[in-house]
Amino acid sequence: MVIDSEEAQELSKVFELLQWVADIGVKSVCLYDPEGVLKKNKEPITQRFSSANLSEEAAVNGRLVTRRNLTLEFVSFEDGKEAVAKAANYLFVKHYANGTKEKSDFTEPQMAEALGAIGSGGAEPDLLLIYGPTRCHLGFPAWRLRYTEIVHMGPLKSMSYGSLVKAIFKYTMVHQNYVTSSCGTSMMRKIDLTDAASIVCILLRMFFFDCRTKVKRYLLACMSN
Amino acid sequence: MTKKIGDQAGKMFEYFGSFLRKCIFSVLSVGPVPDHIAFIMDGNRRYAKKRNLLDGAGHRSGYLALMNMLKYCYELGVKYATIYAFSIDNFRRRPEEVQSTMQLILEKIEDLIKEESMVNQYGVRIYFLGSLKLLSKPVRLAAERAMVATSGNSKSVLSICLAYTSSDEILHAVQECCGEKWDEGSALESKGAGNGLVFLKGNENGKIKPSIVVKDLEKHMYAAVAPDPDIIIRTSGETRLSNFLLWQSANCLLYAPPILWPEIGLWHLIWAVLDFQRNFSYLKEKTKLS
Repeated sequence: MVIDSEEAQELSKVFELLQWVADIGVKSVCLYDPEGVLKKNKEPITQRFSSANLSEEAAVNGRLVTRRNLTLEFVSFEDGKEAVAKAANYLFVKHYANGTKEKSDFTEPQMAEALGAIGSGGAEPDLLLIYGPTRCHLGFPAWRLRYTEIVHMGPLKSMSYGSLVKAIFKYTMVHQNYVTSSCGTSMMRKIDLTDAASIVCILLRMFFFDCRTKVKRYLLACMSN
Repeated sequence: MTKKIGDQAGKMFEYFGSFLRKCIFSVLSVGPVPDHIAFIMDGNRRYAKKRNLLDGAGHRSGYLALMNMLKYCYELGVKYATIYAFSIDNFRRRPEEVQSTMQLILEKIEDLIKEESMVNQYGVRIYFLGSLKLLSKPVRLAAERAMVATSGNSKSVLSICLAYTSSDEILHAVQECCGEKWDEGSALESKGAGNGLVFLKGNENGKIKPSIVVKDLEKHMYAAVAPDPDIIIRTSGETRLSNFLLWQSANCLLYAPPILWPEIGLWHLIWAVLDFQRNFSYLKEKTKLS
């Protein structure tokens, strides 16, 4: 999730959003804001999810936190371009340090390994939700954004559970052409039984949440009358 | 006779359209105009399928739409335009499709460098960005000819991404930086400065002083010929960047109209520019901070 740094200071909203995401069943969330506001507030965010346990990787790079089945990662602008520069230095030392210039070009796995070694590795998100005034990824690490679906959710202060569910549901319907070099055919992203079950659960949750909100409003209206 | 009347009517319609565009662009120019717009031309094949056209016809329709969009951009005052013509991932498509696309690209490059083409009319300098060594010899030579033929143009720039992905661009920049630092170090060593290989062997603390910085990488990016884009427009409603200008799009407005590329028109460009103007101060602030 990309959150505008000013809006990220509203931690109560961030807590609520993470709660929704955890309830939907998302396993891993990467929280990004350019100025590192969320990184600086890692402690209160992790304390809010009281059963948080630091994973092994967090001990190395201090970015990952696991709460029950939800892994949180905290990323900022310095994990983007500057991390690639550090990875370049890592590759330079590794491949040129023996005093001879290696002729072969660097490969993507080597780059991924270098980024991991300097503590800026991480999987490519399937879906990037942008909470801010503009549809702009604000410098999310380029190496991890190649085929990620990007959805603009609007300002954080006007976030809604329904829009979140809608965005995730729309993602499950996306068609991407992945052409395999061996068979040369394109294949759709498969929606299998697990996905279908998730979609049904999401729809049911949406329906009950919507009903609950409407009942609440009705009762409040009755009480005020 | 009928044909002559038809031609004249067509010309009048074109003049009227051009006049109307000038009026609209004058109004738009009151606000900030983007300096650089990038296009992901998605939906050509789906357009051909939708209209029951032959294979390849979608791409030809897409080319016409592209020429119109570039004309509108340059008339509005957008100096830089970048298009995603062919990704490295596209080489994995069916060989017949890759062959016909390459044939079309070759044909259109030749059209672009003709004297009467839009490129010369608007003083456009063409750059081809990407791993051009992956292209076949005729296409690569045509691309080089186009870059030389338009090197004298200076009013606007058209960057055509061919055999391009952002990850390949970043890797290329890293490779170039490493090669450059190696050459610098070797030169110092050969002069007897003695410190040339310090950055290779490390200092007394065993830590290597980082010598490659972000500016070095940016200098070696394929897209260094233009400033970062202000707007990236991807048609067909798809919301991903598909490995296009990922490094350069940090503070760029992403616009994804739900129409197929050959269906794109003036109104979509106007809408994108209005959206850019609405968010201009926010994007400018973010650019300054980064």
